[in-house]
Amino acid sequence: MGILDHAFLKSLWVFHLATGSCNNCDIEILDCFTPRHDIERFGMQLTGSIKHADVLLVTGAVNRQCIPRLKRIYEQMPNPRLVVAIGECALSRGVFVHSYNCPLPLDHVIPVDVYIPGCPPRPEAIIAGLIKLIEQKKNPKDQPQA
Amino acid sequence: MLYLLYLLIFGFLLTAVIGLFASWIDRKLTARIQYRVGPPLLQPLYDILKLLGKETLIPIGATNLPFLAAPLIGLVSVMIVSTMLWVSNLHPQQTFLGDVIVVIYLLLIPSLCIVIGAFASGNPLASLGASREIKLILSYELPFILAVLVAIIQADFSIRLGDILATQAQNGIIAVSWSGGLALLVAVMCTQAKLALVPFDAPEAETEISHGVLIEYSGTLLAMFQLMRSMLLFALPFFLIIVYLGGISGNGIQLVYGALAYVGLVALITVIRNTNPRLKIGQVLRFFWGPMTFLALIAVLLALGNN
Ligand code: SF4
Repeated sequence: MGILDHAFLKSLWVFHLATGSCNNCDIEILDCFTPRHDIERFGMQLTGSIKHADVLLVTGAVNRQCIPRLKRIYEQMPNPRLVVAIGECALSRGVFVHSYNCPLPLDHVIPVDVYIPGCPPRPEAIIAGLIKLIEQKKNPKDQPQA
Repeated sequence: MLYLLYLLIFGFLLTAVIGLFASWIDRKLTARIQYRVGPPLLQPLYDILKLLGKETLIPIGATNLPFLAAPLIGLVSVMIVSTMLWVSNLHPQQTFLGDVIVVIYLLLIPSLCIVIGAFASGNPLASLGASREIKLILSYELPFILAVLVAIIQADFSIRLGDILATQAQNGIIAVSWSGGLALLVAVMCTQAKLALVPFDAPEAETEISHGVLIEYSGTLLAMFQLMRSMLLFALPFFLIIVYLGGISGNGIQLVYGALAYVGLVALITVIRNTNPRLKIGQVLRFFWGPMTFLALIAVLLALGNN
């Protein structure tokens, strides 16, 4: 692993995108940056511009209005890029699975690297998911443990 | 030539290392103030390296040449200004006449580059940020120049950094006099604005116009801007130390004094940034043209009276 890849995993800047969530997952994401959980220990920062982002955090059941916008946001992200699906809605559409408005789960629209289940997931679960992602990128051969 | 030798070693390498360290101090102190743990020591370096390894996107609507050239010009001007500061600090007799004025001009160029790059990117939020940045420049430049004028007056109207340093070596540092203290206060506020830190971060305002001026920059270009910011975090306090606090000299206790003065200034800037809300750009203008210019004028009059 080169030094640039190493630096990449040490300084993941996250961009947070809500595609029709109930806002609960989004609050839990913000919790990760509070003094109690302090995700900046791992070099992660919340960024306001998708052009600066390394990780796209997606919450919510991707609805019809959001699908084209989600794709555009994803395409604007500079490589290398990672996508994290947060919450039951983003994983499998949760309670909206039979809705007329949510035709596809997130990973049928864009590739997803990590799934973090929960409704909403606890901040600890989000941090654990991100750390597992980092570990897995460091040793691609190891399967992440359950 | 002396300047060429210093350009790479002092102007670039040492400045970048100290600047990155200073931005770590800034982030760590911020974290401690907020009862957090904070990032590891090498975090600013990791950020720059990571940005170097990322794809650089150029928006379709951008004007290519200014968009690409702005970060480079900004970075080079910070390099030149820190070289001049190092040379005048280490060899006060060898500087040229009028270098104070050149330094003031060069310290302005990074802000101008940010403005040019933002306008060239063709993003509406970026141009909003850029117009705010221009107003910011307009507001802090006048009190900043007045504050530097105090040091020039105290050094018998000499516009050489070397003479300002020599005066301080003879008569004690400028900051302990009434006029010098006031001028230092004004200059610290102007430094805060030059670095575009809270409370004067209206051009960037992540939560409001999502990084404003830098919104379209990515990859290597963003890395250059980040490095430029970190190096400014060294160059500006260093300039204040030279002008008001007698510079940093290389031997024993003097070096400790210089280092303490520098870390103290960075910490002061960080504390100001963490204990204040963001001002609207109109309030910034009123703040600098009202109380700050007034204080700076008083300082100039006091200095004139003493002379
Ligand atoms: S997973 Fe649960 S908490 Fe998260 S957006 Fe969906 S319904 Fe809300």
